[in-house]
Amino acid sequence: MRWLTEGKTIPVLTIVVVIMIVWYVGAVFMNAPVQRDMNKRAKIEPTTAEFVEQTWNQPKPILPAPHQIAQNFWKATFGVKVTSRRSLVYDAGVTLSSTVLGFALGTVLGVLIAVGIVHLPTLERSFMPWIIASQTIPILAIAPMLIVVLAAIGVKGLIPKALISAYLSFFPVVVGMVKGLRSPDGLLLDLMRTYNAGRAVTFWKLRVPASLPFLFASMKIAIAASLVGAIVGELPTGARAGIGSKLLIGSYYGQTIQIWSALLMASLLATALIVIVGLSERLTLRNMGARP
Amino acid sequence: MTKSAKSVAAKTRSPRTAKPSSKPAQPSVISAKDLSLTFQTDDGPVHALSNIDLDIGKGDFVSFIGPSGCGKTTLLRVIADLEQPTAGEISVNGMSPENARLARAYGYVFQAAALYPWRTIEKNVALPLEIMGYSADERKKRVARTLELVNLTGFEKKYPWQLSGGMQQRASIARALSFDADILLMDEPFGALDEIVRDHLNEQLLELWERTNKTICFVTHSIPEAVYLSTRIVVMSPRPGRVTDIIESTLPRERPLDIRESPEFLGIAHRVREGLRAGHSYDE
Repeated sequence: MRWLTEGKTIPVLTIVVVIMIVWYVGAVFMNAPVQRDMNKRAKIEPTTAEFVEQTWNQPKPILPAPHQIAQNFWKATFGVKVTSRRSLVYDAGVTLSSTVLGFALGTVLGVLIAVGIVHLPTLERSFMPWIIASQTIPILAIAPMLIVVLAAIGVKGLIPKALISAYLSFFPVVVGMVKGLRSPDGLLLDLMRTYNAGRAVTFWKLRVPASLPFLFASMKIAIAASLVGAIVGELPTGARAGIGSKLLIGSYYGQTIQIWSALLMASLLATALIVIVGLSERLTLRNMGARP
Repeated sequence: MTKSAKSVAAKTRSPRTAKPSSKPAQPSVISAKDLSLTFQTDDGPVHALSNIDLDIGKGDFVSFIGPSGCGKTTLLRVIADLEQPTAGEISVNGMSPENARLARAYGYVFQAAALYPWRTIEKNVALPLEIMGYSADERKKRVARTLELVNLTGFEKKYPWQLSGGMQQRASIARALSFDADILLMDEPFGALDEIVRDHLNEQLLELWERTNKTICFVTHSIPEAVYLSTRIVVMSPRPGRVTDIIESTLPRERPLDIRESPEFLGIAHRVREGLRAGHSYDE
C-alpha cells in the first residue's frame, strides 16, 4: 500500500477525476443550445436527466463527452483492420514514420551544427542569428511553401513532412549540444592540455561524454517538436493519411469526436516517444556511472 | 612506529641518502631567470610574477607558499606551459616549457580532483595513458602499479562519486603519476580536505616521493604542510608576485608526523612565517 499512499498514483488520479467532472459538466453547457434547438424542432420535451444524456451523446457535439471520444478511439484503433483507411493505428504509423525520420535528421543536423559552432567562433557569429530567426517564423507559414517548392522539384510524400519535423527539432539540439560541448570547465580542459591532447582527442574523450546529458534533454524536446512538425506537415499537403489529415478532414465535416480521438492518439504517441527517449537516457547515463 | 621503521629500511636501500641539503648537486630540472608575467586587465596591468629567479634540482621537493594573489599558482602554470611569461627565461628539463609539455615531462595535480565522472577510477587513471598511446596491457600494468602507490587498490571499478574527497584526490595523483613523468606539479592538492585527511595524505606523499624519486613542485598556503613536506620552501609575496625568501630545509628526509613538534621544525616554520610577514603589507 505504500506505493499508493506515497507515490504519484493518488494525486494523478485525483486530477483525472477533477478533469472528468469539469469536462462532463462543460459538455452539458457547451452542447445545450444546439440540443434545445433540436428538441424544439422535433417537439420533444425531455426531463432534465434525459436532456443531460442527450448532450452527452450528440453525433457532432461542440464538446464531445469523454466516453464518446473513448468509444470512437477504441473503434478506430482496435475495431478496424490496421491497413484500413479508417484505422487510427494506420494514421499514427504514417505520422510516426515522418516524425522519426525528421527527428533523426534534425538531431544529426543539430549535433553537426553544434560541433561546428563550438570549434569555429566565426560559425557561431554567422550561424546563430539565422538559427534563432528560423524558429521565430511560424511553422504554419513555412510548411506549405516548403511542400509546394519540394513538390515542384519532384520530392513528395514522406520527405517533405520529415523535413518540416527536422526544421522544428534541430533547434533544441543545437542549443543543448552547444551548451553540452562547452560544459567541461577550464580545469578539465587544462588537464587535456597537460597531456598534450589534440582537439580531436579532447573532443572525443571529454566534450562528447560531457555533452550526453544535455543531448538527451534536448532530444526529449526535439521528439515532441518533431511530432508537431509531422502533423503540421500533413495539413497543407492534402495528405490522405496521418493524424494531421484526420484532424483536417474532421474539421471539414465537423466531426469533432474524430478530431478529439486523433488528438488523443497524437498525445499518446508523444508520450510514448518521450518515454522511449527517457529510457534510453537512463540506460546510457547509468552505463556512464551516473549517480542513481 | 612500524611505518617509520619500514621507511628507514627503504631509506638505507635508497641511493639518495647522501643528498646535500642546500645547493642541488644534481643538474637543475626547472630554472627561471628574471621571469615576469603581467596580465593586461581593464583595471590596468596586474604583475602576477615579477623577476623570479629559481633553480630546482632533480629530486627536490619544493613548496611555494604565500598569501593568495602572490602568483604561486601562476608560477606553477608557467612551468606547465598553461600560462605564457611576458619576460625572462624559464627552462624545464633543459627545454622550453612548451617542449617539456609536448614531451609530457610533468604530471599536474589540480586543486580539485578533476576526475571524469563518467569514468571509473581505473579508467580515469588510464586516461593519459590512452591519450599517449600506451597498449592495453601496459595501461593495465601501470594503472595497477600507480593505484597501489596511492593505496587505492580495490577501488578500480568505482566511480568518482563513490569515493571520499581524499580518495578522489589520491586517484588524481595516481593519474598524474601513471605515465612516469619526472616532474610532479601540484597546485594546493589538499587545500579542500580536512586536517586529518591532509596529514595522512602528506605522509603518503612523502613516502611516494621517496619511492619514485620525482621532482615535486607543491603549491600550498599552509605553513606546517610546506615545512613538513619540502626540501626547499619558496616564500612568495603579492603585488607584484615575487620571491621573498628561499629556505633550505635542514630536516632529515625521514619525517615521521611528530617531527612537526621538534624545535628544528618550529624554527623553519618561524622563518617561513617571518618571510610571509615581511613580504605582506597588511595596510591594504
